[in-house]
Amino acid sequence: MPRITAALFAGAILFAGGLQAQEFKPAIIFDMGGKFDKSFNEAAYNGAEKFRKETGIAYLEFEVTNEAQRDQALRRMARKGADVVVAVGFAFATPLEAVAAEYPDTKFVIIDSVVEKPNIQSVVFKEHEGSFLVGMAAALASGTGKLGFIGGMDIPLIRNFAYGYEQGIEYVNPDAELFVNMTGNTPAAWNDPAKGAELAISQFDRGADVVYAAAGGTGLGVLQAAADRDKLAIGVDSNQNCIQPGHVLTSMLKRVDVAVYKAFTSARDGTWQAGTRALGLAEQGVDYAVDECNEDLLTAEMRARLEEARERIIAGELVVEDYYSTMKQ
Amino acid sequence: MNDLFLQVLLLADSTLRLATPLVLAALAGLFSERSGVVNIALEGKMLGGAFAAAAAAQLTGSAFAGLFAAIGFAVFLALVHGFASITNRGDQVVSGMALNIMVAGLGPTLADAWFGQAGRIPVTAEGARFRPLTLPFAEEIREVPVIGPIYAELLSGHNILVYLALLAVPLVAWVLYRSRFGLRLRAVGESPEAVDTAGISVAWMRYRALIVAGVLTGIAGAYLSVAQNASFLRDMTAGKGYLALAALIFGKWRPLPALLACLLFAFADAVQARLQGVEVPLVGTIPTEAIQAIPYLLTILLLAGFVGRAVAPKAIGQPYVKER
Repeated sequence: MPRITAALFAGAILFAGGLQAQEFKPAIIFDMGGKFDKSFNEAAYNGAEKFRKETGIAYLEFEVTNEAQRDQALRRMARKGADVVVAVGFAFATPLEAVAAEYPDTKFVIIDSVVEKPNIQSVVFKEHEGSFLVGMAAALASGTGKLGFIGGMDIPLIRNFAYGYEQGIEYVNPDAELFVNMTGNTPAAWNDPAKGAELAISQFDRGADVVYAAAGGTGLGVLQAAADRDKLAIGVDSNQNCIQPGHVLTSMLKRVDVAVYKAFTSARDGTWQAGTRALGLAEQGVDYAVDECNEDLLTAEMRARLEEARERIIAGELVVEDYYSTMKQ
Repeated sequence: MNDLFLQVLLLADSTLRLATPLVLAALAGLFSERSGVVNIALEGKMLGGAFAAAAAAQLTGSAFAGLFAAIGFAVFLALVHGFASITNRGDQVVSGMALNIMVAGLGPTLADAWFGQAGRIPVTAEGARFRPLTLPFAEEIREVPVIGPIYAELLSGHNILVYLALLAVPLVAWVLYRSRFGLRLRAVGESPEAVDTAGISVAWMRYRALIVAGVLTGIAGAYLSVAQNASFLRDMTAGKGYLALAALIFGKWRPLPALLACLLFAFADAVQARLQGVEVPLVGTIPTEAIQAIPYLLTILLLAGFVGRAVAPKAIGQPYVKER
């Protein structure tokens, strides 16, 4: 008897969940690279999944595979009656501007870019602050004093990662040398692991022993090359420490999952607001990853230095410049 | 050894790694185009090979199983291409392009269904990857001036598929110019009527050429996913099939010049990886965009000025219709 009651009870909850799902419809559109890129998109996916598991509310999703689909996907989600549409990636900025004007009652959230419209929330991350910390880690772990950075597509956003990384390295070791490579100038640069590996090898050949990859799927090639050559790499966006255990010093976490989760929950409970939110170290929007795969690489002394710097940055004693401020000059 | 010499060697080393899939695909294109079948589907067959190799290698834990699966799948795609364009006399370019698009969608979809990682197959199983081979005595003679480093850095330390690609070039040249099969192959691409008159089946000759092309693209695909990298990713060929086709035309449909063209493309690619952000004397730092344009600029320059007229096999692109 109690089992039947329990089943009925569970059924009632499911039913209530089902009803709610009909009332509230969130949607998410992933960028090229796909939701299992072990990086940026996967972080967004994890946030959406967390929301689904906690609330039982299913979400609409779409993965774009070419440029033309961005506009279509945004429109389709709005037309299907989604309450909130999260567009994952800076490349949605232009299509979103047009679509958001056509659907003024739909809430839109764009990640990694700023679009100013009364129904758009823009979430940006202070990548330079997180990159500063992993730059410190890289400089502390390096034996050669030579470090590498491999970016995906050559855009200001990725330059911002590089700029913070450079400042972090300089903070620890002013004499260190940094090699910077960008994979390409088109979105294909996010998905070319062979090129990523080749770029990493070219930096290892020049003496680098820690290479930071901010390049989406291309970064997997960088991690692979680091493992093949017995060097260190630094992952990005999601926790990539365990992709090549022992060869990933740490990962610069961009808590896209938190941003997506918050977008969904705030839209659901009515606290959603348009405007720009910049998530840095203080907001726990960026961080570095420590887990069982890199405990031995990132020693306690290193972590102590990083934590000290984190506190100074949060307190405002240590200012990490962003790349955008250098552009305006 | 001085530093500059070592850097040049490492550059050459990188060129070899980057050229391998291009060489294999260009040789594949050579067989098929010399027989009269335009092979724009090199890209798709290579991608199919990469997919099959990653899937099989990951499941069995054997790199060779991956290689054979890649060859099998690429040959299957080649047969589909042949069925459409030889047996049914469909347009070779259209059917080839259709194959490319089909594989681009099929690979990630199947990968998602089988491995649950949406378009990605990580190759993590022990022994599922072709490892670099150290040639005999590489370490012993490393200290010998000039020859030592060349042998140890440049020639040694590649995986077996790189050596296979290099050995394939003279082998293909021999088959094409010295064997009976090669003679007939060339004839069928120039004048299929003459071959038909001699009592040889044009369709069977072209099918065989496509099968050989399938084998070679399969190896190229396996190189991408289980040797150079250790995963299959969507669109991971990134235009290498088209580049190989350009190299083939560049090399005037001949094995050795095609090899040189592939090496040149790969060299340009390797150079641009190393030139980014480096201070060049007199010029300063070259902008990234300019450096990334180097391979394409080189192609245009050489095609325009230095190669001369490239004459395609006469019967290329034409389905053979037997006179009744």
